[in-house]
Amino acid sequence: MFDPLEPQGTNQVQFQFEDRQLSAPQGATVASALLGAGITAFRDTPVSGAARGPFCLMGACYDCLVSINGVTVQACMTPVQDGLQVKRVGSRQVDSEGAV
Amino acid sequence: MTDTFDIAILGAGPAGMAAAARATQLGASVVVLDEQPNPGGQIYRNVDQASDVQHRILGPDYSHGRVLTQGLRDSGALHRAGATVWDVTRDGVVTYSQNGKPEQISARHLILATGATERPMPLPGWTLPGVMTAGAAQILLKSGGLVARDPVLIGCGPLLYLLAAQMIAAGRKPRALIETQSRSDMWAARGDLAGALRGWRYLVKGAGLMAKIMAAGVPRYTGARDIALEGQGALTSVRFTVRGKSHEIATDTALLHHGVVPNTQISRALRLDHVYDQTQRCFLPTVDALCTSSEPAVSIAGDGAGIGGAKVAAISGQIAALGAACQLGLLTPHALQSAVAPLQRQRAHELHARPFLDRSYPPAAQSLSPADATIICRCEEVAAGDIRRFAKLGCKGPNQAKAFGRAGMGPCQGRFCGLTVTELLAQETGQSQDETGALRIRAPLKPVTLGELAAYDASSQDT
Ligand code: FES
Repeated sequence: MFDPLEPQGTNQVQFQFEDRQLSAPQGATVASALLGAGITAFRDTPVSGAARGPFCLMGACYDCLVSINGVTVQACMTPVQDGLQVKRVGSRQVDSEGAV
Repeated sequence: MTDTFDIAILGAGPAGMAAAARATQLGASVVVLDEQPNPGGQIYRNVDQASDVQHRILGPDYSHGRVLTQGLRDSGALHRAGATVWDVTRDGVVTYSQNGKPEQISARHLILATGATERPMPLPGWTLPGVMTAGAAQILLKSGGLVARDPVLIGCGPLLYLLAAQMIAAGRKPRALIETQSRSDMWAARGDLAGALRGWRYLVKGAGLMAKIMAAGVPRYTGARDIALEGQGALTSVRFTVRGKSHEIATDTALLHHGVVPNTQISRALRLDHVYDQTQRCFLPTVDALCTSSEPAVSIAGDGAGIGGAKVAAISGQIAALGAACQLGLLTPHALQSAVAPLQRQRAHELHARPFLDRSYPPAAQSLSPADATIICRCEEVAAGDIRRFAKLGCKGPNQAKAFGRAGMGPCQGRFCGLTVTELLAQETGQSQDETGALRIRAPLKPVTLGELAAYDASSQDT
C-alpha cells in the first residue's frame, strides 16, 4: 500500500474506477491515482486470468493496462482527469481495441 | 510535412538534456523527443514540479536535475514532450505519437538517450499485484507524491539503499531489506577496490546511505536465497532463506531491484551492433570514444550505452553532441579534440567505482537462472522451464524461442524477459550470450492503435 507524502492539496480531480468514486491530485497518472486509493490489481491477464497491477511505472512492462473510454491504455502513462471512467481490463478485452 | 533538424535526440534524461544544450551551442538545430510530460528522465523525473518536501526527501543529487532542465529550456532546442516513439530509421526518420496523433520528423544525426530499465528480476510470484520495481517506488516518490507503507526491499545494489534512505527521510522506513549479494561477492570485488577508491565519492555516498539504514534500525538480511513472493491474487508475504534458515515476512508491498540495464529497444530496432558485457551482465550497443554507434549517423549517450549513472550520462551527452556536430561540419576535428578530451577524462574518473560496484552487487543468481516454475515472460506467462524445454528441442536463440512458446511476443516486446531468455538458452546450450543473441525488435516499438496507424497512413499520403 501507499500513503501520500504530504497533506493533499485542494487541487483534486474526481474519477471513477469501476463503480468506485475516487479522487486524486491533479497531475497524477491513473496508475498512481489508483495506487493512492489502495488499488493494486488493475486487470486480469488474457493467458491465465491472473490479477495484475503496475510493475515498472515507466511505460515498459504493460502490466498496468486499464480501459478508458473503451480504449486500452497504460495507466502509468495516462494523466488522470476529472470525470475519467476507468475500467478493469478483463481476460478477453485486452486486445479488443486493435492494439497491434 | 516532415520537419527536418540537424540532430534529433530521443530521451530527455540527463544524457539527452546535456546533449541538447551542447548541440545548440554549437549551432545545430535540435529536437528532443520524450515520452514524459516534463524533462528529466526517470532519474530527475518531475524535478521542476516536485515540492520542497520531495526535494528534501530525494536529496541534492535529485535537485541537481534542475540545472539540466534549465539548460534544456535555455538551449532553444525544440522539446516535444509526451511523444511516444514507435519507429526510427537509420536515415533519421522518427515516427511518434503525441496526444494520440501520429507525427514524423527527420534529422541528419540521431542521438539515442533512452536510458536504462530495471534488470528483469524473475522470482516466484513476481507477477502478483503489490510487487513492483524499486524504480517504480522512486517514481511514486518523485511524481506520484506517494510513499510505500512497510514494504520489503528485495535484491541488491546502490539504488536499493538509496530508496531505503529516501524512505527513511520521508519518515517511512522500509519493513526490511532482503539482500541477495553475499560476503563472497564482496570478497570477489576486492581486486577492484583500488580502482574504486579513485572514485571515492561514490563509496562515501554508499557508506552514508548504509549508515542511515543502520541508524534507522531497518532489518537487513544478506545472502538471501530461495526468495518467494506469495499470495492469492495479491502479495501477502515474502519467504526466503539465509544460510539455511527460513524466514517469512508478511507484507503487501515488495520492491525489487538488482541493477539496471541499458534500454536497447531503439538501438536493436536499428540493427546496430551489440555485444554482451560479462561484468554488467547485459548487452551493450557498441560505441566509440565519441559515443558513435556502428552506424556513423547514430550516437548513443548515457545509460543506454552502458550503465554509468546520471553524472556520466550528462558528460557523455555532451561528448555525443560534440561528435555529432563535427560530423555535421559545425566543428573542426581539431576543435572537437580539444573540447572532448577534458570530458572524456571526467567521464573516466566518474566510472572508477563502477567495476567494484558491479562485482560487489552482482545480479541475483536466483533470477539469472530461475527455477523451472518461475514465470519469466510476464506478458505471455512463459516459465523458465518452458525455455529450458525449448532448448532441449533444439531452440538456440530467443527469436526461435518466440516461435516455440510466445516468450517476448506480448506488448512489452521482451523488455522484461529478453535478457532472461538469452541467459537461460545460453546456460542450456553452452553457447555464449553473443552466440545466443537477443530478441529482434521491430516497429512499432510501442503498441499503436489501428486508429493511429490509419491516421499516420492518411497523413503520409498528403506529404
Ligand atoms: S506499470 Fe509498467 S507500463 Fe505501466
